Amino acid sequence: MEHYISLIIKAVFVENMALAFFLGMCTFLAISKKVEAAIGLGVAVVVVLTLTVPVNNLIYNNVLREGALSWAGLPNVNLSFLGLLTYIGVIAAMVQILEMVLDKYIPTLYAALGVFLPLITVNCAILGASLFMVERDYTFGESLVYGFGAGLGWALAIAALAGIREKLKYSDVPEGLRGLGITFITVGLMSLGFMSFSGISL
Amino acid sequence: MALRQFLDGIEHHFEKGGKFERWYALYEAVDTIFYTPGHVTSTTAHVRDGIDLKRIMITVWFCVWPAMFFGMWNIGYQANSFLAANPDAMMGDGGLRTAFIAALAGNDPSSIWDNLVYGAAYFIPVYFVTFVVGGFWEVLFATVRKHEVNEGFFVTSILFALICPPTIPLWQVALGITFGVVIGKEVFGGTGKNFLNPALTGRAFLYFAYPAQISGDTVWTAVDGFSGATALSVAASDGMAALQESISWMQAFMGTIQGSMGETSTLAVLIGGIALLVMKIASYRIVGGVMIGMIATSLLLNAVGSETNPLFAMPAHWHLVVGGFAFGMMFMATDPVSASMTSTGKWIFGIFVGLMTVLIRVVNPAFPEGIMLAILFANLFAPLIDYFVMQSNIKRRLARG
Repeated sequence: MEHYISLIIKAVFVENMALAFFLGMCTFLAISKKVEAAIGLGVAVVVVLTLTVPVNNLIYNNVLREGALSWAGLPNVNLSFLGLLTYIGVIAAMVQILEMVLDKYIPTLYAALGVFLPLITVNCAILGASLFMVERDYTFGESLVYGFGAGLGWALAIAALAGIREKLKYSDVPEGLRGLGITFITVGLMSLGFMSFSGISL
Repeated sequence: MALRQFLDGIEHHFEKGGKFERWYALYEAVDTIFYTPGHVTSTTAHVRDGIDLKRIMITVWFCVWPAMFFGMWNIGYQANSFLAANPDAMMGDGGLRTAFIAALAGNDPSSIWDNLVYGAAYFIPVYFVTFVVGGFWEVLFATVRKHEVNEGFFVTSILFALICPPTIPLWQVALGITFGVVIGKEVFGGTGKNFLNPALTGRAFLYFAYPAQISGDTVWTAVDGFSGATALSVAASDGMAALQESISWMQAFMGTIQGSMGETSTLAVLIGGIALLVMKIASYRIVGGVMIGMIATSLLLNAVGSETNPLFAMPAHWHLVVGGFAFGMMFMATDPVSASMTSTGKWIFGIFVGLMTVLIRVVNPAFPEGIMLAILFANLFAPLIDYFVMQSNIKRRLARG
């Protein structure tokens, strides 16, 4: 239990997807103008990550990795070169399902997220989490916790950024920096704030 | 009065079409230092109050003075005590500072004057550089972007100078305040439009860029070859018992310990801070929140306990007096711009700061001090806290009908 708690803290704060690894920047910058939409997208990312990382973990451990196919009588087969293709395929399928569910049950959020929901498919944070899972050799339970934590960290970061950007509407930013420029500076400063966790080893 | 007449006499040069139009911000700054601005609200609904931004900022600036003077004395006291005990030690970094100290005073740790002069030789250059370099950026931005030079910079500059260690190289001071003022504040449009505390932004920048000159054991006392850990790092490496052996709680409360220039004396900080609270400039909600968060977290960690990490056992009343906790709580967390704005939000913001401070101090082995990063971290979430408080207010009012 304690192991899982430290894993989740690590995923949310110490190795924050957005502010420590700078993954998923495109959506992070584009959908952070309004807190409501940002939280919606954050929830979508949490859901997608919590689903895809463990599913990819199962596929990796039971099909792709070296010797994983021994249950089918093929102990010498190594399919890990198919990793990237498989993970992204799983992610695309998950996002499609999520999109249909949102369209049916929460149409306002579906409309608010617009084109960025299908774009979650190519959100580097999502694929990144699956690749980290493979690299660190997580078990199924760990990958479930890690996926949830990584998504939560990303959601937290985008919600905070959206809050700041709503506040910055009242700022008087020099013309050349308006829009993305000041957002990049903001994200950099946020990352400075998140440095408070760097150095924690759990 | 002659001064008023003089200012009025030259005003037309600075107004639109005058020959010094470009420098209006500078004229306006000088004018409003001496006189209340003549602008009045022209629309119908407004609040009439004797207090304005200028008065608030200048009051904060004065309230930091006890900590500043105590800090200067303490730099001298620490250095002179060491010199008295070790006759071979070299004074300071030689050069101008040593000449200045030798010309004006001796090295007697029991003499208030000697200590003050020694401290002034270290604090005044740092403050001067902060003020000149930061002021340069402030005026440059004000001139080019045509906004006013704001008194907020008085506060930023003195706070920044006071949270530096005495031996910090002056070029780093210049770099730090440049980052704080330009990236932390002016790119967002100046005072009131930023989202991080500018003084802390500059300090954090230095902290990550040049850790050797701003943390460790040798930077806190301005004597060559001196090595002495701050209370927090003593407790982190050797435990509470070792800390209590080297300094008493009263010493830490009075402030005769190692640390950044203005942060050591909890007493001096509290004098200024309570004055701010009484005048309602600092929010009692934030200060209260920080105290609650700090006490609750340290009690929790005391109860949990740890075999390997001695800081778990540090009680709340020690957390209050060591490091920059009191200074950050009174002067930094209460920054009205970067903290939460709503009343409930201020409580939450404060508790968050207190919680994070103790967590970073105790759990994170990389950083012995936590208040700086805790406030920066809480600043990031301040607008989000406000957002949720406002949403819940809206919901409550709708439900009320």
